[in-house]
Amino acid sequence: MKSHYQLAIVGAGPAGMAAAAAAAECGATSVVFDEQPAPGGQIYRAVETPAAVDRAILGVDYWRGAELAKTLRDCGVDYVPGATVWQVSPTREIGVTVDGTAMLITADQVIVATGALERPFPVPGWTLPSVMTAGSAQVLLKSAALAADGAVFAGTGPLLYLVAWQYVQAGVAVKAVLDTTPISNYFRATRHLAGALRAPQYLMKGIRLLRGIKKAGVPLIRGVRDLRMRGDDAVSAVEYRRGHDWQRIEADQVFLHQGVVPNVNLSYSIGCRHTWNEAQLCWQATTDSWGESTVEGVAIAGDGAGINGALAAEYQGRIAALGALYRLGTIDADERARRAAPARAALAAERRIRPFLETLYRPPKYFRVPPDDQTVVCRCEEVDVAAIRKAVAVGCVGPNQLKSFSRCGMGPCQGRLCGLTVSELIADFTDLPVSEIGYYRLRPPIKPLLLAELAELQTPAASDR
Amino acid sequence: MFTNIGIRDRDFVRVIFEDQEIMVPQGHTVAAVLLAEGIRSCRETPVSGAPRGPYCMMGICFECLVVIDGEPNQQACMRHVREGMSIERQHGVAQIGPDANAAQDPAE
Repeated sequence: MKSHYQLAIVGAGPAGMAAAAAAAECGATSVVFDEQPAPGGQIYRAVETPAAVDRAILGVDYWRGAELAKTLRDCGVDYVPGATVWQVSPTREIGVTVDGTAMLITADQVIVATGALERPFPVPGWTLPSVMTAGSAQVLLKSAALAADGAVFAGTGPLLYLVAWQYVQAGVAVKAVLDTTPISNYFRATRHLAGALRAPQYLMKGIRLLRGIKKAGVPLIRGVRDLRMRGDDAVSAVEYRRGHDWQRIEADQVFLHQGVVPNVNLSYSIGCRHTWNEAQLCWQATTDSWGESTVEGVAIAGDGAGINGALAAEYQGRIAALGALYRLGTIDADERARRAAPARAALAAERRIRPFLETLYRPPKYFRVPPDDQTVVCRCEEVDVAAIRKAVAVGCVGPNQLKSFSRCGMGPCQGRLCGLTVSELIADFTDLPVSEIGYYRLRPPIKPLLLAELAELQTPAASDR
Repeated sequence: MFTNIGIRDRDFVRVIFEDQEIMVPQGHTVAAVLLAEGIRSCRETPVSGAPRGPYCMMGICFECLVVIDGEPNQQACMRHVREGMSIERQHGVAQIGPDANAAQDPAE
């Protein structure tokens, strides 16, 4: 590792890997920091060393990541795995911890490729042990060949069906899929069917997944309007309601999912401007056509800049890298445009399916703004809906003030698991648009850092420059 | 309960989970080890003492905090097993260790 790079990329998912490859082609000195021990991000997690013997269970799309990972390893950029980036300043000073040693380096250009995380799913009992996310089920499948027999999957969105399908492929019993997609979404989504039909591969994939799940005899229960997790020391049953009556399924493992949203902690902490995306119901950094944010020299690529999926992330990563290379003076405007053209065309094609998916899998308000007063919103500090309602009633005007009122959002996850719920709850209580309520003010370090690490802060040796 | 669906050939390492030795595949995270062993709860919260277990498996939720080699507040889903690693569940607020107390007060 050097003490200065022309380009620093945070995240080795599809966007980060593609950005590194593009930078290497043009000869900029680049570094890729990633928290995991191997490249791939969450979507291609463990793609170089998949844990399961049977490769077929994960589906064909997963293996695309292997080529990206190989390119990253071979392209000559400095790839630093196991690296936690806890700060990027507006002047692009990067604080990163590797193997317990915290370091400060600098970069002329930064690409934030920190991807997505799963949308909070605050229902009663979601904090019980053995209630996990669909994404976590997939991580365990990919990286450890572990699966939970007899689990219930509940929620909405492509990932939920994909993981249930992967379980079925692996011969693991799925007790039920409780589908929370509102029936009205199907009608609304037909409006975007024309665009979706121009991306038939995604429609076909969706149909194939659902057919596979049903063919395996898994009960697919649609129109679920209410959910609660039951259990004392861990979950023992899921209760759900479609109409008036509660139904009960005994289960010692539940996977929840209602879509993914940009992981904005780093981009917010840098000071990039974010706006509320009403179609995707999330905060999203403002970027120009080259992915550059409102902070000079800081670009955002991939799902971190709005959800478009793994393939789009790859094209965005490439486009953002070309933008950075242009700003570095490595390439001129003509070369930038020429090299970006294929990625731009592919990105436009990739985005065609999004309006359909966003409409069909738009999580309903009753699962985003929890109606039950006792539902925990902030898992870290155990703040429930009632406490937030009370704070707003006595004059709390936004997420930042709510911290002083209740400690909501002040735990180690730094709002990642409650931020969206809090913005939407306060908007609901005050009858104001979410865009006016805003989000937590996030500051570095965005991941916990020991004082000892800070006290012994290093800069890579000058000889490495 | 999580079970192995057919793992590729991997070397095994020995870890110590609360005085009990277990052999686990290299490459596993600590959280994967706990789940495979049927350990559903890995800590109790500092606020109400409620049990919690791994939730996101990707380092964002901080639910899977455990004590590793005596060091509290370690994310079990982000730490990979090593030969001889000691793993313990975390109860309530993390305690500051004796080493920290022994550090010299700069004001003296």
